[in-house]
Amino acid sequence: MAKEARIARKFAQLRARNEAALIPFIVAGDPDLRHTGMLVTEMEARGADLIELGVPFSDPMADGPANQRALARGLAAGASLSAILGLVGELRKQTQIPIILFGYFNPFYRYGCERLCTDAAQAGVDGLLVVDMPPEESRELAKPARAAGVDLIYLLAPTTPLERSRTIARSASGFLYYVSVTGVTGAREQVGADVESHVRELSSVTDLPIGVGFGISTPAQARQVAAYADAVVVGSALSLLIEAHGKSDQLLSAVGGLVGAMKEAMRAARPAHLLSPLPDQGKG
Amino acid sequence: MQNLPDKHGHFGEYGGRWVAETLMPALLELEQAYKQARRDPKFRADLERYAREYVGRPTPLYFAANLTARLGGAKIYLKREDLCHTGAHKVNNTLGQALLAVRMNKSRITAETGAGQHGVATATMAARFQRECEVFMGALDVERQSLNVFRMKLLGARVHPVDAGSRSLKDALNEALRDWITNVRTTYYLIGTAAGPHPYPMIVRDFQAVIGREARRQILQHEGRLPDVLVACVNGGSNAIGLFYPFIRESKVKLVGVEAAGLGLNGPSHAATLTAGSVGVLHGNRTYLLQDEMGQIRETHSIAAGLDYPGVGPEHAWLKDSGRASYVTATDEDALEALKLLSETEGIIPALESAHAVAHAVRIAPAMARDAIMIVNLSGRGDKDMQSVAKALGVTL
Repeated sequence: MAKEARIARKFAQLRARNEAALIPFIVAGDPDLRHTGMLVTEMEARGADLIELGVPFSDPMADGPANQRALARGLAAGASLSAILGLVGELRKQTQIPIILFGYFNPFYRYGCERLCTDAAQAGVDGLLVVDMPPEESRELAKPARAAGVDLIYLLAPTTPLERSRTIARSASGFLYYVSVTGVTGAREQVGADVESHVRELSSVTDLPIGVGFGISTPAQARQVAAYADAVVVGSALSLLIEAHGKSDQLLSAVGGLVGAMKEAMRAARPAHLLSPLPDQGKG
Repeated sequence: MQNLPDKHGHFGEYGGRWVAETLMPALLELEQAYKQARRDPKFRADLERYAREYVGRPTPLYFAANLTARLGGAKIYLKREDLCHTGAHKVNNTLGQALLAVRMNKSRITAETGAGQHGVATATMAARFQRECEVFMGALDVERQSLNVFRMKLLGARVHPVDAGSRSLKDALNEALRDWITNVRTTYYLIGTAAGPHPYPMIVRDFQAVIGREARRQILQHEGRLPDVLVACVNGGSNAIGLFYPFIRESKVKLVGVEAAGLGLNGPSHAATLTAGSVGVLHGNRTYLLQDEMGQIRETHSIAAGLDYPGVGPEHAWLKDSGRASYVTATDEDALEALKLLSETEGIIPALESAHAVAHAVRIAPAMARDAIMIVNLSGRGDKDMQSVAKALGVTL
């Protein structure tokens, strides 16, 4: 069962190519689960390296308006946790892109922590990120996640002291997610001037890759962050595109277009690494 | 009984700190500040002085002779929190936390509010201590409680209507937490009930426990012994935990919480979280919640706007499971009847929330011995509810 973790392998491959990972976040079930599946495929084709699927919750206290509305649409479309796991299982027939479920604890808890980890691993989910679960509360989820080989990804915030970051890093696997703003999810005009120094500081306390998210919405911002971070997460900007295009014919090209432009900008941020890529470790 | 919560803020399996990482350092800072404050004689003296001179404490423990005679059973005492400044027990907590905000040098105080009572009590203290005040209130509640919105504005607060979700208290709480996540460095978030992430359930309980400490001293003066039963309404549960807490170790004193059964427990229109809910995690704590099988939070109903939150403080969840307290319900209709009865027999119009506690007293007192003693927490006064009561009774004002 314990195959090599897809997330770690992906980051190793990217590192060998001197590339930062692009991680799009979309809410599962927005506008419906069928389109979510199509969006994942499209985003991978346009350069996405990992995927975060938002699990709908009625009370998303760390999300800004764009993602709040997206989560409400997912909820209205009936994207339950079991339906989302079903979708991931289907996607695994065609793609090996690492998939992370990003959600709030209560739906996971009601599903059952052990059952969730078992079913998630079986469906092909690679990681869980529980926004409202700091490591202090992680006991009941951490054990079954480790047993099932599912990575637990933690948030680090600008308010997190370095010593605490070190402790959190010890509980984490996969990668660390640095929240670039003191605030909720949603597009910002600029990436804060202190993000780079925070990320550099964090890399001194962990060997895990560090992703940056919350507030990154444009190719220019992605390019800026890709210069120093291992991954860039884009979420609310995609939720807004999905909101604008719904189930129309333009949905895939609009979302794919932004993902493609961001990945291209990120590649431009780093010189291509032509030497000795890691041997391809085989797909599937 | 052990001292709860433990150092991680757990009451048995309940409570804890289920929040986004951005808030964790702020919660740890708040816990430190509170622990220092409560050992500081200056802080305690300030708290006591403002409670006496500004809030009007101690509130009386009043023997309701007419109601007792009417029911023909246990002696009923009312703890008169309705006589506090701003009209309810809420101010005990906002006073304590506002002093904490001053001590922590926070220039801005925020709060969530449902019916507006906690918002008014927060705006009052923010005015007294000259802090900027912003209150988050569900858009639906802003429409329903225009009088309290006006009061808050008079007191200098800004009121933000929240249009998300069900546009009521739980959504106001979400928005207040989002605001705190965004402005955590400058802002003191003043939560209104004994729920939320640790250390809030402990802090709010401690500031409300003045109710029980006074009641204990007062009943000993009146009767020379402890009461047989305490009755209080419960939603978040701050007035109830405030009354219960100083009696928890007195195993002969029965503790009874009364939840809102709304239109009845058979349908969805109630807010009886402990009676009809299940365990989950919301707004920073693990506790009982009204939710569906997938963990989505349900809409609730009560005629009392201050009783319609779909969760409950974690200490009540623990008191229920441990069997130390019991939790019963009263419907909208029970509460209305109790409100009328107390008004007619004692000349006291209770808040609709407190009327739920009175309703249970009315139900159990007749079967109790005449020398049995009951204390009912009259957590607030009914002035704010006159529109709702008139409407429910079919009267046009």
